[in-house]
Amino acid sequence: MNKTSEGMITAKSLAASYDGKIIWQDANFSIGRGEFVAVLGPNGAGKTTLFRLLLGLKRPSAGELSILDEPPKRGNPRVGYVPQKHLIDNEMSVEAIELVKLGISGGEWGFVIPCRGECEKARMMMRDVGAEHLSERSLGSLSGGELQRVFLAEALVSDPDLLLLDEPLASLDIRRQGELVQLIRNVTKSRNITALLIAHDINPLLPVLDRIVYVANGKVAIGKPEEILNSHFLTSLYETPVEVLKNSQGRIAVLGVEEIGHIHTHEHQL
Amino acid sequence: MNPITFSFNIIQDLKLMLGYGFMLHAFEAGTIVAIIAGIVGYFVVLRRSSFAAHALSHIGFAGAAGAVLMGVNPIFGLLVFTSSGGIIMALLERKAASRDVEIGTVLAFMLGLGVLFISLYSGYATEAYSLLFGEILGISSANVTITLVAGLVILLAVSLIYHPLLFSSLDEDVAEAKGLSMIWIGILFMLLVAVATSIAVQVVGVLLIFALMVTPAAIAMRLSKKPFRGMMISVAIALLVTWFGLFVSFYEPYPVSFFIASAVFLLYLLTRGLQKITNFSLTERK
Ligand SMILES: Nc1ncnc2c1ncn2[C@@H]1O[C@H](COP(=O)(O)OP(=O)(O)O)[C@@H](O)[C@H]1O
Ligand SMILES: [Mg+2]
Repeated sequence: MNKTSEGMITAKSLAASYDGKIIWQDANFSIGRGEFVAVLGPNGAGKTTLFRLLLGLKRPSAGELSILDEPPKRGNPRVGYVPQKHLIDNEMSVEAIELVKLGISGGEWGFVIPCRGECEKARMMMRDVGAEHLSERSLGSLSGGELQRVFLAEALVSDPDLLLLDEPLASLDIRRQGELVQLIRNVTKSRNITALLIAHDINPLLPVLDRIVYVANGKVAIGKPEEILNSHFLTSLYETPVEVLKNSQGRIAVLGVEEIGHIHTHEHQL
Repeated sequence: MNPITFSFNIIQDLKLMLGYGFMLHAFEAGTIVAIIAGIVGYFVVLRRSSFAAHALSHIGFAGAAGAVLMGVNPIFGLLVFTSSGGIIMALLERKAASRDVEIGTVLAFMLGLGVLFISLYSGYATEAYSLLFGEILGISSANVTITLVAGLVILLAVSLIYHPLLFSSLDEDVAEAKGLSMIWIGILFMLLVAVATSIAVQVVGVLLIFALMVTPAAIAMRLSKKPFRGMMISVAIALLVTWFGLFVSFYEPYPVSFFIASAVFLLYLLTRGLQKITNFSLTERK
């Protein structure tokens, strides 16, 4: 199959704003089927906002956005989603597999208790994300990394074409981050799913990602890692000096970004 | 004092008991309320909404006081006040988890009305007492019918929105992205709690509402991690303690709600105690 010829997401002169305040604008990009894309940028830059547009939870303030040649719509079964925030606390004594089942039946009206396929599907999905042994555990007893696997199964169980993951690595240690990234890469590749993953640290994603969407300074840029992650490009994006450092193992550090983020939030408040 | 004594022949005792119209009505209404409270209570505990149930029952108190003042059946005052209060709370705050302040605000306002109604009505003391602590043994056949209708409406509503309600209780953001309206689910849920508390107030009263709406579900959640099974256990516990309370109160001159509240509390302690012991022995074996 020719991978990038089929467009999964297309954005043309896209802009997002809240109550008239523009978050970012003039975004032009297209993302193909099966691509693994990291979405980077400082806090408050508008990464989650981009997801909200793709999920149809928010309308663009300008421009066009399409998923598989259709405008985004809420409840699109072709989009799977793992949000940043979850309700689950350690008192949540419901089996993990129940959440995965709801990934299929959660939107259905009416009351049917016997499983009609969703139980088997949910079980197979848990197996595919290496979480079979967690099925009967209560959600509240799972660790951060285990929960992310369950959320991944919940998002994938309805067979989406596009997977949106909002900071799934946030509360994990470096080893768990690496494992989860590999897992996401494997399941999305074997199903030819396009994945967009919001992250703070690019390093765990470097071995697997195809391209980077960089949201900052009211703009959205897209490119290959080497095109985006260099001092020259980021300096022109931010319009202020940014330095990209690389150590001998290939780990990357972007310096100056978070400070700039702060300056910007100040400017908005003034 | 009740001249009838317990004969140790339970079938015979029940036959005798249900021969009294007031006992039959109490068992009918108590059974409906226990089933409904067990089911709705499961979602109340799952959604961490005990404070909402607490507030709605108190708001219902104000409504019942208003109804008494106007010479209307208190159950209508309960239903109107809890339902409107529930809708206002749901509209003020979309996220169930962060609804505390909104609930408190509406609660204070509605209780203010309640105080006004009580001060306007002079002969209120006994009415107030039965609302606060329940008066199931005095329930009228009209109220049994109202309870049945309300119960059936709740059962129908829960069976329609079972999956969306469960989904939004576990993963609000994904449920919303899947196209479910959190506003509507929030309103429907608060209405369920409103109607359930209104009919439960007749059995255990405003102040003891948790005995049927929260504790049975809390025990059930410790006993099963499967939602449907948990709900059924919650119903079973609510039924058990309600029947127990009614049965005992036929022989003893103490309030039904006292027996219900004590029985369910003992079950709760027992569950926690047994779980402590089994967890302890499990960890020891490791
Ligand atoms: N519902 C909202 N109403 C108003 N402003 C919002 C809303 N949600 C987010 N914002 C603002 O939009 C900006 C981008 O937010 P977000 O997309 O969540 O950033 P990120 O995910 O990159 O950290 C932030 O300044 C945030 O304060
Ligand atoms: Mg975000």
